[in-house]
Amino acid sequence: MKNNTRLEQMRRLSADIRIWTVRAIGEAGFGHIGGSASIADVLAVLYGGVMEIDPQRPTWEDRDRLVLSKGHAAPALYAALALEGFFPMQWLSTLNKPGTTLPSHADGRLVPGVDMSTGSLGQGISAAVGIAAGSRLQGRENWTYCIVGDGELNEGEVWEACEAANHFRLDKLVVFVDWNKRQIDGKLEEVSDPVGIEEKFRAFGFDVQTVPGHDTTAIYHAVRRAQETGGTPHAIVLDTCKGMGIHFAEAVPFNHYLTFDRAMAEEAVAEIERRYARGTYPGGACK
Amino acid sequence: MIVVHENRAPEAVEMRKVYCDALVEAAQHDPRIVTVDCDLSTSCGTRGFAEVYPQRAFNVGIAEQHGCAMAGGLASTGLKPFFHSFAVFSSRRIYDQIFMSCAYAGQSVVIVGCDPGVTAENNGGTHMAFEDVGLLRMLPGITILEPTDSVMLRALLPQVIGNDGLFYLRLTRKKAMGIYKEDSTFTVGKAAVLCGGSDVTLVASGLLVSEALLAAEALAQEGIRARVVDMFSVKPLDEACILQCAAETGALVTAENASVLGGLGGAVAELLSERLPTPLERVGISDQFGQVGPVDYLKTHFGLTAAVIAEKAKRAISRKRT
Repeated sequence: MKNNTRLEQMRRLSADIRIWTVRAIGEAGFGHIGGSASIADVLAVLYGGVMEIDPQRPTWEDRDRLVLSKGHAAPALYAALALEGFFPMQWLSTLNKPGTTLPSHADGRLVPGVDMSTGSLGQGISAAVGIAAGSRLQGRENWTYCIVGDGELNEGEVWEACEAANHFRLDKLVVFVDWNKRQIDGKLEEVSDPVGIEEKFRAFGFDVQTVPGHDTTAIYHAVRRAQETGGTPHAIVLDTCKGMGIHFAEAVPFNHYLTFDRAMAEEAVAEIERRYARGTYPGGACK
Repeated sequence: MIVVHENRAPEAVEMRKVYCDALVEAAQHDPRIVTVDCDLSTSCGTRGFAEVYPQRAFNVGIAEQHGCAMAGGLASTGLKPFFHSFAVFSSRRIYDQIFMSCAYAGQSVVIVGCDPGVTAENNGGTHMAFEDVGLLRMLPGITILEPTDSVMLRALLPQVIGNDGLFYLRLTRKKAMGIYKEDSTFTVGKAAVLCGGSDVTLVASGLLVSEALLAAEALAQEGIRARVVDMFSVKPLDEACILQCAAETGALVTAENASVLGGLGGAVAELLSERLPTPLERVGISDQFGQVGPVDYLKTHFGLTAAVIAEKAKRAISRKRT
């Protein structure tokens, strides 16, 4: 595949992940839209161009792994997995409904393609360290990716995990930080500011990059650069906006968890398509 | 088959050495076995594993929460991690990590808690896990084992290694009282009946098994025939055995080096109250914190002795309906 085609497909996939995320949450009537929307682009890069995976064999042992440490963003992950063919698209309309196979937080017990159950923050990155260490021990060549939230950096275990990642020299581990500037109770600086994100990861021995977190091309190049840099674990700080690409979520300050219906979801879908067609996708600016 | 020593004596080798040697040996044939330690590999006795298999031993330092969730990650790649720390840290400190990254995540991890209950001795109340059994028993699907001596430990370890699922091994690290002769066999979920008796059943675990045997001998002097059961498998509890003992002896005493709230005493009480209400007395820690002291002092202080078991046995017998 030509690189330009692949990059364009990733941009399209990021729109589709948002579309199916907002539809699934609209169908449920409520959900974690803010933090799901902010990671749509990194998911599009991972599932659309980077990860070696096989939807027909979700437990293939040599696959690349993703641990969504910020497990509440599962709706976006489920959308990506469905779009990649891990399970039928129809499942998405059962999100968070009683008896569903797609519960609120990322669930590896139930969902094909979810590599680790998460939701209690701070633990997913530890599990990712274990996956990277275990993969290497067994002589596998696969990569382990992990997405942590910026609010999640409040959790002390994140830094225990970083210390271990460096100590064990896990250079096939890439940790993305969704730096969307907000946590549930407000802006980071108003709640508990994890100041100096880049500097901290660097101090913990990581190779660190910061990229525009809604630019799939920039994210893709950052991942490739990380993969060419050996010897240390990698951190990629995604400069993102919480709720990005979902116009009504962008417009409110507290968008961690919103209530909305199918009609609002379809308005959001139309806006996503308009922005995509303009080529400025996902557009918007951080409030 | 279970064969009990006629004359019980402390074993020659510490449990932690027996454990580590057995794990090292098993790891020769099973490349899945790895260890996670938290700066207590010397205390827990697992340093020897790291010396033989440096690549398979992950010492994460004093970071138990991370170590436990990392073990979940290691397991998800097909490995069989054994996580080690003191029982306090292997239970209450990492409860959410055990729940989330091991139990709920469906990962086959073995959590080892060393120095349970009063065997924490001079580390004192801050380090004395009485609550670990009750806490962990609430996790769906977990298996909780308390090997009584080295013979049992060696017999159970292959079952722990060979079966999927989450395990908690409650492990005395120093010398245990030798109860069983070599070649005794044990099965997870099946209690060991050490001696018959029709007047009362003493259901004990760990440190209290030898006390229960002493109590049975003292009761025999008074013409009371006590049955002694080693309930090393606190979960799954051998319900059939308990119900049979309740039906046949009509009175029971549990005895454990842990809180009776949620511990073996709690488990047996829950079972009997629903299935076969029977007079039951419980020996163990009753809603108290630990404190410093040698094991013998603490056993006496907390009433974890043969004398207390015998006294409670008589009380349970007196409560039988005539």
